[in-house]
Amino acid sequence: MDSAELYRTVRLIRRFEERAIELVRSGEIVGGIHPYIGQEAIAAGVCGALRRDDIITSTHRGHGHVLAKGADPVRMMAELAGRSTGLNQGRGGSMHAADFSLGIFGANGIVGAGGAIAAGAAWARRAQRPADSETGDVVAVNFFGDGAVSQGVLLEAFNLAALWKIPVIFVCENNGYATTMPVEAGVAGTITGRAEAFGIPATTVDGQDPECVQAVSEAAVIRARSGNGPSLIECMTYRFDAHHTFEHKARLNYRSEDELAAGRSRDPLDIQGARVPSEVLSRIDAEIEELLAEAVRFAVESPKPDPADALDHLYATGLRVRTGVNN
Amino acid sequence: MPKLSYLKALNRALGDEMARDDSVVVLGEDIGVGVAGVTTGLLARYGDQRIVDMPLSEQAFTSFATGMAMAGMRPVIEFQIPSLLFLTFEQIANQAHKFSLMTGGQTKVPVTYVVPGSGSRTGWAGQHSDHPYSLFAHVGVKTVMPATPSDAYGLLASAIRDDDPVVFFAPSGALAVRDDLDFATLAPVPIGVGRVARPGTDITVVALGHLVHMALEVAEELAGEASIEVFDPRTVYPFDWAGLSASVARTGRLVVVDDSNRSCGIGGEIIATVVEDHRLLAPPKRVTRPDGAVLPFALELDRAVQPTREQLTAAIQAVLKS
Repeated sequence: MDSAELYRTVRLIRRFEERAIELVRSGEIVGGIHPYIGQEAIAAGVCGALRRDDIITSTHRGHGHVLAKGADPVRMMAELAGRSTGLNQGRGGSMHAADFSLGIFGANGIVGAGGAIAAGAAWARRAQRPADSETGDVVAVNFFGDGAVSQGVLLEAFNLAALWKIPVIFVCENNGYATTMPVEAGVAGTITGRAEAFGIPATTVDGQDPECVQAVSEAAVIRARSGNGPSLIECMTYRFDAHHTFEHKARLNYRSEDELAAGRSRDPLDIQGARVPSEVLSRIDAEIEELLAEAVRFAVESPKPDPADALDHLYATGLRVRTGVNN
Repeated sequence: MPKLSYLKALNRALGDEMARDDSVVVLGEDIGVGVAGVTTGLLARYGDQRIVDMPLSEQAFTSFATGMAMAGMRPVIEFQIPSLLFLTFEQIANQAHKFSLMTGGQTKVPVTYVVPGSGSRTGWAGQHSDHPYSLFAHVGVKTVMPATPSDAYGLLASAIRDDDPVVFFAPSGALAVRDDLDFATLAPVPIGVGRVARPGTDITVVALGHLVHMALEVAEELAGEASIEVFDPRTVYPFDWAGLSASVARTGRLVVVDDSNRSCGIGGEIIATVVEDHRLLAPPKRVTRPDGAVLPFALELDRAVQPTREQLTAAIQAVLKS
């Protein structure tokens, strides 16, 4: 992706999040969201190095990854608002947004759960190569936060990926906190050391700079596609907003004003915006405002799902289940 | 006619399904050598990209299979110990089972989880003797537990072909069962359809898994006292309520024998459903493991917490008298 396209992705994610928070406040989005504000450079840079048929698995803070991989912001906003016009027909919401036609194997509400899923999907794509050479060199990316590196299942996935040189890229978004726990209180050793112990090359990168992230991701993608196996990229970043939109109500106090100001001083919007001519910025900004106005309008005006259809898609085979009351 | 054991039926079904469909890949621990007998000979036939020996990483390889399935494969996982299902419950119940609904039907997760040797294996003690099929029925994961070799073959074939996750329980007490049968008659058995294992008119005994054989023996012993119908659901979830209802409509009496813990076991659900729908001639009874049971090691203690033939006989006689 070129500089303007990277800026566009960062701007899209930022404004999507800001508009979504407005809808949380107005009650159109029920249950709240985990804002990605401040971390947009990572999604933009990593997905900027991917093809349409590459696969991603995402996190509870997944809007940025899903949008950067190409999901329609209009249908995504409708999904967050629980409408049947949403990406997942209102069945998934913020933490499960998915678009399999774009290789988006879902945001995931369980920390660390996506690593093994991504590795399995990538292994399968490689195994299918003789029959389907166009998608045989597909790469999978698993996004996770610093909290996930204490989850055993993720480390098991590192082991499988390294053993079998699976084309998977592990992207750690180290925003300094697992909800409210500082990374130094939760992670012994280092995050890159976790990967290196399995023989997986690991790089720490400035996660506020989309071009930096993209350059490192491109190298990892080349390595994976050429059969040399997994990589880990640790992106140093900062979450500008709350862990979750409930945080304001709970008045949680775990970060100082000084720390917040320092973190927010390195804004990926500014960093990438400085690389793009101002007239291009204005045009992109205007396009995004228009797109998100449409997304909000579509989300709010879309019909709510019919309660009678609550368990549609429970089984892929269409099995219908007994109701919870006697008829 | 040749004899086929339950274990060999699993091996044959796996081999046949792998031959039929290239996307069927088996994952598990020590499956290359076939330590449990289920995969014997398959590594030589299909190679190590379809019979994949896994390191001791049950949680990772269970979700690994979910990723494979969403990418278009049909993985089969062999778990060597039933209690590993507790370790991987997150990956099955909270991931694989939920993807279809959560994505609005965008994907399917056709994974089969085979547990050869579920329940007490005599002398394996607390952490190797669970039989957690009721747990999967409770969360709604498709769950099958055949009693006979031909049903083992047929339900494993159906589980592999099914587009949803399916847990396949092969009770340790049934693995050695052998049947005379013409191999040409082996065919898929539909998930969710039970069978009348022995017709009768006075009482319906619902038995699951290896307990079907116990129920058939008890029915034969009591043949002089009563005509006992034995109903084998074959599938724990979805359950063949219509088949059971037809049986109870004929007999009017019900006993369930179920190697689950009593609280929230499938036996309780069977009785609740039947009494909601039928006016029985006598209160029903169930024979199960005790609440929250952990199987002790000593043989006498192990047997003391599993349903016994004596308990089943007494329950049938009590229901017939009341």
